[in-house]
Amino acid sequence: MEIPYTVEIRRDTGLYNAKVGIWLFLASEVMLFGALFSSYILLRVGAPEGYWPHGWLTVWLGTLNTIVLITSSITTVMAWASLKMKNFSGFKFYHAITLCCAVTFLCIKSYEYHDKFIHNEITLKDGRIADGHLIKKTADVVTIEGHFVTDRKELFDTHNGFFGPPKHGELEIKTADIAKMSNYGPAHHTYNAIYFTLTGLHALHVIGGALVIFYLWAFGERMWKTDPERFTNRVEISGLFWHFVDLVWIFLFPVLYLL
Amino acid sequence: MQATHAIPHTGVHVEHHEDAGFWRTYIFSTDHKVIGIQYGVTALGFLFFGFLLMLMMRWQIAKPGVSVPLVGPLLERVLGNVASQGKISPDLYNSFGAMHGTIMVFLAIVPLAFAAFGNYVVPLMIGAPDMAFPRINMASYQSYVGGGVIMVVSFFIPGGAAQAGWTSYSPLATSIPTNGQTFWLVGMVFLITSSLLGAVNFIATIIQLRAPGMTWMRMPFFVWAQFVTAFLLLLAFPPLEAAGIMQLMDKVAHTSFFLPTGLAVGTLGNISGGGSPLLWQHLFWFLGHPEVYVLILPAMGIVAEVIANNTRKPIWGYKSLVYSSMTIGFLSFIVWAHHMYLTGMGIRVATFFQTTTMIISIPSVIILTCLFLSLWGGSIRFNTPMLFVMAFLPMFGIGGLTGLPLGFNFSDLHLHDTYYVIAHFHYIVAPGTIFALFAGVYYWFPKMTGRMMSEFWGRVHFWLSLIFMNLIFQPMFAQGMAGMIRRMSDGGANYTAAHNTAAGAEVIGGLSDNLMRLHVFIFWAAIGLGISQIPFIINFFWSIKNGKPAGSDNPWNATTLEWQTPTPPPHGNFAKDPIVYRGPYEYSVPGHATDFTPQNEPDKA
Repeated sequence: MEIPYTVEIRRDTGLYNAKVGIWLFLASEVMLFGALFSSYILLRVGAPEGYWPHGWLTVWLGTLNTIVLITSSITTVMAWASLKMKNFSGFKFYHAITLCCAVTFLCIKSYEYHDKFIHNEITLKDGRIADGHLIKKTADVVTIEGHFVTDRKELFDTHNGFFGPPKHGELEIKTADIAKMSNYGPAHHTYNAIYFTLTGLHALHVIGGALVIFYLWAFGERMWKTDPERFTNRVEISGLFWHFVDLVWIFLFPVLYLL
Repeated sequence: MQATHAIPHTGVHVEHHEDAGFWRTYIFSTDHKVIGIQYGVTALGFLFFGFLLMLMMRWQIAKPGVSVPLVGPLLERVLGNVASQGKISPDLYNSFGAMHGTIMVFLAIVPLAFAAFGNYVVPLMIGAPDMAFPRINMASYQSYVGGGVIMVVSFFIPGGAAQAGWTSYSPLATSIPTNGQTFWLVGMVFLITSSLLGAVNFIATIIQLRAPGMTWMRMPFFVWAQFVTAFLLLLAFPPLEAAGIMQLMDKVAHTSFFLPTGLAVGTLGNISGGGSPLLWQHLFWFLGHPEVYVLILPAMGIVAEVIANNTRKPIWGYKSLVYSSMTIGFLSFIVWAHHMYLTGMGIRVATFFQTTTMIISIPSVIILTCLFLSLWGGSIRFNTPMLFVMAFLPMFGIGGLTGLPLGFNFSDLHLHDTYYVIAHFHYIVAPGTIFALFAGVYYWFPKMTGRMMSEFWGRVHFWLSLIFMNLIFQPMFAQGMAGMIRRMSDGGANYTAAHNTAAGAEVIGGLSDNLMRLHVFIFWAAIGLGISQIPFIINFFWSIKNGKPAGSDNPWNATTLEWQTPTPPPHGNFAKDPIVYRGPYEYSVPGHATDFTPQNEPDKA
């Protein structure tokens, strides 16, 4: 038994099966991310006046990651185009760059995550708030690189520039003085919650897409030799998915970093 | 075309033929028919399981605080404290309620209506050798089983299964301090993945693998129904997945997507605040309402097939059926908030959703009317599938019409969350969808096995089911209109007139004794419904080996392509690739020798 149109296109639809499949799958993905973006809007609109943060993420890192992903999109197209021109080594070359971009993206993203997890907001018993990055924590003293604010609201409208917050000095705070200490993880604020959820889900997509591309890149040669047409289609399909993942980031970047 | 593609890709399937061995043939099969049967049997199992949960709940409602007869000691042994002395505690009642809904909707009806019948029948009907992506099809079933196992396992963890209803409203779902909800969410992610894979596969198959000549308007209505259903699943489920991920974050990472600022449960939670409980409801019902049409559209598809076959005439208004189902598909995405009239979302929003809700009843009525009109002037064969279908029509009518007062927000304010709602949607799903599914089982059984199910026991099953279904759900309308709220583990004993008087409360009225006595009546009717399924279960298994042989590949003298295959269809389905020459319902064509003309029969001229 053989399923028709796995490689050749069906005349009346102009498509092979997998291409129909991936577009349907992407439609579903649009609804998934669409729901999360809608939730973002609802949460932001519903937040108390003045308590939706601005400038909590470092813009230049986000910009860099945007450039990295756009580059990977270009190389993905080039890899597929190389196969169309029967140039397998070109495919290898371009998709090697794609994979490097994927890894770079994930490294930068995990650095940003780490930065949030060591970033702490400390409420003292006298009502002052210390905000900064944890350097050292012992049983009775917490050392952070940061500053004091008197009104919590100051933390929400930071005027950080493109290169992130200004350098602060070291502060030592006695554990006994601390009323509450919370890092900028998902539970810190609804903004962090949606930030981690959206970028986390996106990162999972990056990992998934990179694994597929890596599989085709590393083990694809045999299929290229026996069935080049089908292999090229597979590269095209994985490429479509990869473009979608990039496109999601193109929306994530302004929404989370700039607005 | 390229000649080179054939080698590696047939290699995948070659090992599935007769010598494939037990595991590859029955458990890890990529054959759409085996997967369809796997789905069917598993889903029927879950249907029965969900029914048993309901029986135990009905006992608790009828006799609050009395230990469950027969299974009480077993419950206590297996579930521990929540069922101490074999009684169903309120916590356990809540678990049963939540899981009854979840299991029936996501593990029984949808898999049975969409995945089981769709998998088995759709590729046959369109003349395809298999689904477009057989291995994804297998993954879909495995993911479904994974989700089912997680749901079932959650009964046995400390604290038991999810307790916040099948709708899992936050903050209740998030603040119940057990892990049942977490299991529920993870299980749902598996089930959503399963339906996503299934939906992609169905749509791609119907678009790409139609046999030559099978144009869109020659597709049987059942295929159209499945096509629209697949789109609903494809596009409506992801928002629930997003919501599930967020609720999971609320549960395990202590975010507060759905928890408002200042919420206190016991003590003040250490949460960030600013979340929105309404957000969950919007996302849930964005799936929840299209899901209703996922439940009903495949059933309507089955009904259309059985009616055309047994009235021996074409379906009346085939194109109206097709366009109506598409309209339903579109509209079902903009009616969701009629489940939320009581949330205080504002009059303008409520008016919008009330309007769309009334509009969506139009295509539903068109479909039902076409099906009724199809009966007109037919020489009807009253066999078991046809009986179930004939009952479907009025039962679905009752379910649909009683939905109108719920769609208007002014009358919904009174009826919301009462037994009236339960009666309404059970009329749609139980004597509606499930009857259509039974019809489908009796109708396609001979194709799957080569043997007929017993006609006599089929009729016994039908008449008893019809009577008891109505005895169960009809009284609930009365209870609901009198104000009896659902989800109460004592069935409302605290709200009776007698209880109010005894407590000396300054309350006028209360639920009357007659209404409370109906609980006992409903319980016995439910027992009756359970007993009337026994003929079906025995008939089903007995007939596989011992039923009357079907006699031919086409025992019902049907026109559609699934009957033009060998019985049961082998891997690859058709003995020779079918070519389609005509529409799906060419029954009783004047001048033709037989009263049916199969779709693949060439024109004589």
